[in-house]
Amino acid sequence: MTAQDYNFAYLDEQTKRMIRRAILKGVAVPGYQVPFASREMPMPYGWGTGGVQVTAACLTPDDTLKVIDQGADDTTNAVSIRKFFQRTAAVAVTEATAEATIIQTRHRIPEAALTEGQILVYQVPIPEPLRFLEPRETETRKMHELEEYGLMHVKLYEDIARHGHIATAYAYPVKVEGRYVMDPSPIPRFDNPKLSDCPAIQLFGAGREQRIYALPPYTRVVSLDFEDHPFEASKAPHDCDLCGASDSYLDEVITDDEGGRMFVCSDTDFCRGRVAAGHIGRLGAPDLAQEAAE
Amino acid sequence: MYVAVKGGERAIDAAHEWLADERRGDTCIPALSVAQIREQLALAVNRVMAEGSLYDPDLAALAIKQARGDLIEAVFLIRAYRTTLPRFGASVPVDTAKMAVSRRVSATFKDLPGGQILGPTFDYTHRLLDFALMAEGEAAGSPPPTPTPIPSPQGGGGAATPQIPHVMSFLNRDGLIETDAAGDATPPDLTREPMELPASRPLRLQSLTRGDEGFILSLAYSTQRGYGRTHAFVGELRIGTVAVEMDIPELGFAVEIGEVELTECETVNQFTGSKTEPPQFTRGYGLVFGQTERKAIAMSLVDRALRWRELGEDFVGAPAQDEEFVLMHADNVQATGFLEHIKLPHYVDFQSELELIRRLRAEAMAQKEAAE
Repeated sequence: MTAQDYNFAYLDEQTKRMIRRAILKGVAVPGYQVPFASREMPMPYGWGTGGVQVTAACLTPDDTLKVIDQGADDTTNAVSIRKFFQRTAAVAVTEATAEATIIQTRHRIPEAALTEGQILVYQVPIPEPLRFLEPRETETRKMHELEEYGLMHVKLYEDIARHGHIATAYAYPVKVEGRYVMDPSPIPRFDNPKLSDCPAIQLFGAGREQRIYALPPYTRVVSLDFEDHPFEASKAPHDCDLCGASDSYLDEVITDDEGGRMFVCSDTDFCRGRVAAGHIGRLGAPDLAQEAAE
Repeated sequence: MYVAVKGGERAIDAAHEWLADERRGDTCIPALSVAQIREQLALAVNRVMAEGSLYDPDLAALAIKQARGDLIEAVFLIRAYRTTLPRFGASVPVDTAKMAVSRRVSATFKDLPGGQILGPTFDYTHRLLDFALMAEGEAAGSPPPTPTPIPSPQGGGGAATPQIPHVMSFLNRDGLIETDAAGDATPPDLTREPMELPASRPLRLQSLTRGDEGFILSLAYSTQRGYGRTHAFVGELRIGTVAVEMDIPELGFAVEIGEVELTECETVNQFTGSKTEPPQFTRGYGLVFGQTERKAIAMSLVDRALRWRELGEDFVGAPAQDEEFVLMHADNVQATGFLEHIKLPHYVDFQSELELIRRLRAEAMAQKEAAE
């Protein structure tokens, strides 16, 4: 495949227009899932076809693209999607959150605060927050229409009754501007507070399920909770072993077969930035950590 | 450890090289040509064309070669290519009554105009491995007869294509079978519009014809075993080529632009009547690219099961009756993508689950200790 064989960013202009219309509708009705005629992409469903279509529809030749998966720029699928756009759109790419104009992400929101003018594109597997309570699309659409979210509150209540906590660790449901209950994609609930009042545009693409939804800048997004059981953003009770950050989401890495563990920032750009600025974690500089691995 | 998630780019390139190597296999063995696949693995090619929704035997054969014989992967390659093709418009409905049939059987009548034509079928073969084929020779037995033109029951009438009337039309004469009014409404296109439920019958049929053969087969089988039983007979199964014609606005008439091989199955289903419909035979319909009769029969059974609402039947809760269940899960490219994506990194979600379980567990253990 060469760039000339396909239109800029792979999709033809008619398709992009169709997707942009869905995006605009989504921005106009925050949190509402807009059906769109998702195309078959040259990567499998489940690999981010929704996000890729949204990114393709938003990209211009002047954009700088960042792609992350699990917070990291160098996970295999992030590499693959970044390469896809380099090949089909020849856009500039970056790993630095602050330099990117469009960031496509899977499962994380970058640690660094986003700014006006940036677009954050989420890959979404199941856009319907009510899906695991009611498998039928025909029913869940009706529930959204009628703002009938009792079932979700019952589920959260039952969690508390049974476990003492809300047993949802990722894809924690939110309410958008007091209207639609929305699935924030499988980000850890640690990231939920970053959804609200964000200066960047947040777009969500679900390819297989043919849905797009959006949060325009500075939208109020509230994680569902109860007065006596307020929402709590949680993470591993550790600091990053490479950069010492205490406020970033951590990956747990198994280092040996005797229970050895290390905790490192899942956001690789954030961690690298801190190390470069002289912050040092428990296991010292990243070089040391890598040596220990080999 | 942490290096395991680094170097993704190099790992991907190396994996692609290895894959190419494995695809070719032992280089002492001659490589398969696309033409060989097209000619000698025609039923695999047919399946890829049917589920890929693209009638192009050469490309389907190429996809099978590239996919190392993984047919769902080949379907995916065809779909991803198909989606980039421009749409010129819709053809005139194909006339399967004018099909040049290579096979045509009815299970409901012993003999009928046009005759029973067995054609190239596995039906009465004995499933004994033919070791002559393994010895790279041709199978024993006489070469297949060259197809003789099928005499038209109407005596030809000068038409080049003989017409074999549908079995359904005989039943229809007595008013014993439901009729469906012909319409010229443009059918919906599920590749261009998001699926909306409840779906019209044309949309359901579109979804079924490109749906996974295994899934449709199992659903159809489940109706036979009692999960939404429809009492189906194969009224007619026919395989052959039909002309595809397209209206050319500049010319003002339809022009033949090619021909496709199709398998068509019409079932006749006993129906004792409902509140809204009199007792009569009802129909299920299957139409699939290529010689794909298992799929076409299965499709017609599932189609019939899905029609409970319009016929005023009861919904008994059978999976094959459940439109949303069937249509949302029939597509194997969607299904395999979502299924296999769980092998992608999920460190972040898993980490959040890990913390939650540790926390719940710590509290449960503390409670247990306090109780003891």
